[in-house]
Amino acid sequence: MAPPSSRRSGFSKKAQYSLFTSYLLAGLGALLGFALLILSLWQPAAFAPLRGVAGDAGVPVGEAAAITRTGSQGLFSGITGYIRAGSQNAALREEISHARIKVAEADAVLAENRRLKALLDLRDGPVKPVAIARIVGSSAASVRRIAFIGVGTRNGVRPGMPVVSDQGVLGRVLETGMFSARVLLLTDSESVLPVRRAKDDVVAFAEGRGDGLLRIRLVNLGINPLELGDVLVTSGAGGYYRPGVAVAIITKLTPDGAIGRLVAEPSATNFVMVEPIHQAAAVEALAGDGIATLPARSAPAQPPEPRATGATPPASPANGGLQR
Amino acid sequence: MERLDRRVRSASYRSHINLAPSPWRTRFVPYASILLASLIPGLVIADVMPLVPPLGYLVLLGWRLVRPGLLPLWVGAPLGAFDDLVSGQPFGSAIMLWSLTLIAIELIEARFPWRGFWHDWFTASLMAGAYWLLSVLVAGASLTPQMLMVALPQALLSIMLYPILARMVARLDRFRLARSRRIG
Repeated sequence: MAPPSSRRSGFSKKAQYSLFTSYLLAGLGALLGFALLILSLWQPAAFAPLRGVAGDAGVPVGEAAAITRTGSQGLFSGITGYIRAGSQNAALREEISHARIKVAEADAVLAENRRLKALLDLRDGPVKPVAIARIVGSSAASVRRIAFIGVGTRNGVRPGMPVVSDQGVLGRVLETGMFSARVLLLTDSESVLPVRRAKDDVVAFAEGRGDGLLRIRLVNLGINPLELGDVLVTSGAGGYYRPGVAVAIITKLTPDGAIGRLVAEPSATNFVMVEPIHQAAAVEALAGDGIATLPARSAPAQPPEPRATGATPPASPANGGLQR
Repeated sequence: MERLDRRVRSASYRSHINLAPSPWRTRFVPYASILLASLIPGLVIADVMPLVPPLGYLVLLGWRLVRPGLLPLWVGAPLGAFDDLVSGQPFGSAIMLWSLTLIAIELIEARFPWRGFWHDWFTASLMAGAYWLLSVLVAGASLTPQMLMVALPQALLSIMLYPILARMVARLDRFRLARSRRIG
């Protein structure tokens, strides 16, 4: 369709001026955007309060959408469950008889574990979560991987706190509003997490690749000891995460490490827990300028980590007893 | 009155002789739909990779191309600011890119005043492709080749989505100009 005649200024001075002004304003808008972009790339936390307000406003809609989303997932699984009811029933009966045995064994292991910890005089009580929230959404259109949750400073959530689901680590609180918070997911290419192999002490960094997978980079270079199917857990280094929470399963080996898949997929998670920073005092002492202005790169500085910011010792004092 | 659709003016007056388009609807439907479309990608799914095309931008393109002259030239800055707050991009990227888009379309329109659907789609594809690439570049994340590969479907999707969105915008335009206000 042709543009309306109001866009053609002709000889009218007034029309010419208004056309010129609109171009001027649009150009100024673009320049302003450029300046703000440079500012927010340079100081990522500069617009956090503004985003907090927008997040707070969006949370009620997001909660409703999240409830509908999980509801519809339940509907489909309900239909498939109805179709496969008979065979599933038999399989479940068999599974539960096996599971009963496993639970009994696990109880025994738990008791032994408690006894050994008591022997070592090591107290590691259960972590009380700061808040429990629903994931209301994520930055699905942007290459940054940021999730929004429905709790904020009113619930005691602060930047830096780890966010975990019942399966494993999801990420870390990046910015907070009054009733909402933004979570930097592990798969964001700015996220780095110190991990170790669950069964022994092979330490590595889990870096987000931006495509939903994690790149596992070993700290000690040499022969790659990782194997397919290994489970990586948080090592507790850096002081943000408590040690021993599942992070990733290795799906592919590379010369300097591996490629891992997340244990806790954000899309399959309804509720998440915000946990307190594991060693808050140590983190604060190391961060220098405080944890409010969180550096984008969250890893502790170690020799094979060229992009890391801030100097952090390789292991916090609390997990020394657990690792060795 | 020159902003009103010709079809609306020539519609049968027999059933609604004392009805006129609501001035509120006439003004706010475009902006409300763009703001809503900016919000949607954040609410759809919390996934590990970018999948949903930038809907706010695509609806803006739709309004701009389906109904030229309706949105003022400078409107990219305020609408882009809202999009930046909810999209996860660094603040300022949409302000800049949306303003530049509107200026670019204005220049294209000055050169090709009469355009058809295919021409519009071509323009929208160029704009959406450039927007996708630039917003990946300015996202503030360290760029990995895997990231580009994973975001590629998003670019294709935003190009393929334009015809549907253009129809939706046309529907919204009919709603915008529907005779709902009773006079006298």
